[in-house]
Amino acid sequence: MTTRVFRVFRGQRDVGQLVDYSLDCDEGMVVLDAVHRIQAEHAPDLACRWNCKAGKCGSCSAEVNGTPRLMCMTRLSDYPAEQPITLAPMKAFPLIKDLVTDVSWNFAVNQRLPEFQPRPPDFPDGTWRMYQYEVERPQEFRKCIECFLCQDVCHVLRTHQKHAEFIGPAFLTRAAVYDTHPLDTAERASYLKEAGGIGYCNITKCCTEVCPESIGITDNAIIPLKERVVDRHYDPLRRVLKVLTGG
Amino acid sequence: MVEIQRQEHDVLVIGAGGAGLRAAIEAAHQGTRVGLICKSLLGKAHTVMAEGGAAAALANVFPEDNWRVHFRDTMRGGKMHNNVQMALIHAKEAPDRIRELEAWGALFDRTPDGRINQRPFGGHTYSRLAHVGDRTGLEMIRVLQDKAVHSGLDVYMECTVIRLPVVDGRVAGALAYWRESGRFVLFQAKAVVIATGGIGRAWSVTSNSWEYTGDGHALAYDAGAELIDMEFLQFHPTGMVWPPSVRGILVTEGVRGEGGILTNAQGRRFMFEYMPDMFKGDFADTEAEADAWVTGDHKKNRRPPELLTRDVVARAIVAEVKAGRGSPHGGVFLNIAAKRDPEYIKRKLPSMYHQFKELAGVDITREAMEVGPTAHYAMGGVKVHPETQAATVPGLFAAGEVAGGMHGANRLGGNSLSDLLVFGRRAGLGAAQFAKAHYTAPVIGDSEIGTTIARTLGPFERAAGENPFQIQEDLRRTMHDNVGIVRDQAGLERALQDVAQLSRRAAAVGVGGSREYNPGWHTAVDLHSQIIVAEMVARACLERKESRGAHTRLDYPDSVAALERVEVVVRKDGDRMTTRQDKQPEIPAELQALIKPDVKEGAA
Repeated sequence: MTTRVFRVFRGQRDVGQLVDYSLDCDEGMVVLDAVHRIQAEHAPDLACRWNCKAGKCGSCSAEVNGTPRLMCMTRLSDYPAEQPITLAPMKAFPLIKDLVTDVSWNFAVNQRLPEFQPRPPDFPDGTWRMYQYEVERPQEFRKCIECFLCQDVCHVLRTHQKHAEFIGPAFLTRAAVYDTHPLDTAERASYLKEAGGIGYCNITKCCTEVCPESIGITDNAIIPLKERVVDRHYDPLRRVLKVLTGG
Repeated sequence: MVEIQRQEHDVLVIGAGGAGLRAAIEAAHQGTRVGLICKSLLGKAHTVMAEGGAAAALANVFPEDNWRVHFRDTMRGGKMHNNVQMALIHAKEAPDRIRELEAWGALFDRTPDGRINQRPFGGHTYSRLAHVGDRTGLEMIRVLQDKAVHSGLDVYMECTVIRLPVVDGRVAGALAYWRESGRFVLFQAKAVVIATGGIGRAWSVTSNSWEYTGDGHALAYDAGAELIDMEFLQFHPTGMVWPPSVRGILVTEGVRGEGGILTNAQGRRFMFEYMPDMFKGDFADTEAEADAWVTGDHKKNRRPPELLTRDVVARAIVAEVKAGRGSPHGGVFLNIAAKRDPEYIKRKLPSMYHQFKELAGVDITREAMEVGPTAHYAMGGVKVHPETQAATVPGLFAAGEVAGGMHGANRLGGNSLSDLLVFGRRAGLGAAQFAKAHYTAPVIGDSEIGTTIARTLGPFERAAGENPFQIQEDLRRTMHDNVGIVRDQAGLERALQDVAQLSRRAAAVGVGGSREYNPGWHTAVDLHSQIIVAEMVARACLERKESRGAHTRLDYPDSVAALERVEVVVRKDGDRMTTRQDKQPEIPAELQALIKPDVKEGAA
């Protein structure tokens, strides 16, 4: 057993400060265990979100020593025992209390994304055929657990607060699920260019680095989407056709 | 009287896991005004943890599979104690519900000819589980979530329901508080669907998240509804056991479905020695036969004994550990590395690979996992009509884990995800029809909710009162020690005494701080539900004087044929919890014929 110091942000809305808690820690503990121990032994009103405690639900996102991480998948043994571990809420979203932020903007963004629209069924019994190699691309994006760590680290949102103009890497990834879906027929390029603000992304890959599911957000989701938007809107041949057909 | 926000809906769905989402979508498609309440954020419900898959007789891998075999497997897995009509409806409708999910965007793993692939699982005669690697629940919840938010319904997140007001004998809505502000909100509704999941947080070692405090079970009980089968709590045989902080986290049955074997400290594959009579002849006798089955030769060989039903495997593990043949940390070994190559394991079980690597420092493509039983699933719950999911109180419906009957004495793996879809849809339909038939919602008066509000705010008046986390911890310990996998009268009576004392302590619980996002307070409020469900389970266990499925009594070790079709009913009578025994309907002869072991699988 080792004694460790946790420096935890405590506060609401605009006011708050870091508070130190000293805890006895056992082998194998993760940061979320430490938060629970602080709640049980020192501060029952310390606010934090969590559900599964196994890296599957994406609820316990926070900044551990300044890095956006899932607290349930961050082992204490990865940090030197003699230095305090700092826990702070995600910075890209408005603070509610302590480690909990208001992430409702993300849900509003998702609701505005153009819905999945399958092609008509391949067979009279209403079924389709899809092959494993076809579904593997969208399946990668489906691994997203909506932890919003990629949104948190994205400088367009974090630093420039462009929440009104840019849907962020998480929802570009969501759009990529359906855009690469073998059955989907919906047209998303215009949405992504206009309301989605895909042009704001300048592929710094910060999102990819923090993704706990190791999704290739930038390379596999965003860049191909950018290419599609370009094809759709800036293809010279298509522009001529557009003028001629009035479409 | 404190100021209360009010909302009005035709159908109110409480719980946004698979069942709640499916119910809400259906009710919205029926043209009713739907409100969907989530205790956490949308998309975080416990369904997201489901790993292995959804069972449906699609017959994509085994053409000889059909609903009759699925029905038979479900009844035999449930030790013949299931609600027959529910087991039947489930087996018949599950394939449509899975195909519908595909039409809504789900991306299941595929067969070589482009259909939905299906994997083998415990207790299923054929490979039957539609799956997405080992994250099937995540796929399901995301598809349903995206469908729901485009179905024109209102979603209320981080909102905890604390009472279902009853007016003129009818459930009239729900009283709740917002986690963020701590303020109260009253939902008036013509029909209410509870889809709140399970009760596992009342046990020390569980695969369940913090939300699984049995809120729906307690809400229904307080509203006067009957509950059944509460003695049947499934312990999943394979939870993580080391390190301590991850104890109980689920290790999917898919590991065994993909060929993983269970061994003891002596390296022996012990499941061959625990074959129950009911399943003799259905499973491999030798390791060679089991291995041949795993590598794909299903025609000439039978399934490995690791794929016996969960109750059997969990008890076998307990017996091995008790006999001194356990692993260093009190479990047994689960080994997939011995049977599959690393690439295959990473492709079919990616999140298991990740989970062990990150949390335990174990590489499952090279080493064995240490596993042991973990409280996982409540077979028991609200007694419902098999077709409409209506509870015994008008206006109330229940679906998913909170509803009882479908799984009998033991649930088969994979039957939960399909249950959510089949009965979630039926509950949404039942509630929508009820709402349409009853034009007005009963008006809820202040007197209906005043005492609940007072009870809920009580902890703030006792800032020096006892710590809620300590009470919860003590409750979990007594349930683990006395109402675990094996039970006896003395232990169950001890548990009841402890629960009574914990109930008194909970009445004196105190919290500090404000009402805004205060987990100590949330835990204090949850204690009300947890104590009710703990008492229910202990009482039902005492009432059933036999061993059947997930309910094992040391003092009554055998199954009693006369109790096979008898269910224990729990309800509130005044301030007292009462139990009684009801006879279940006889199994009709034509269905009985389907279940009998001499009926060859696949027979039309």
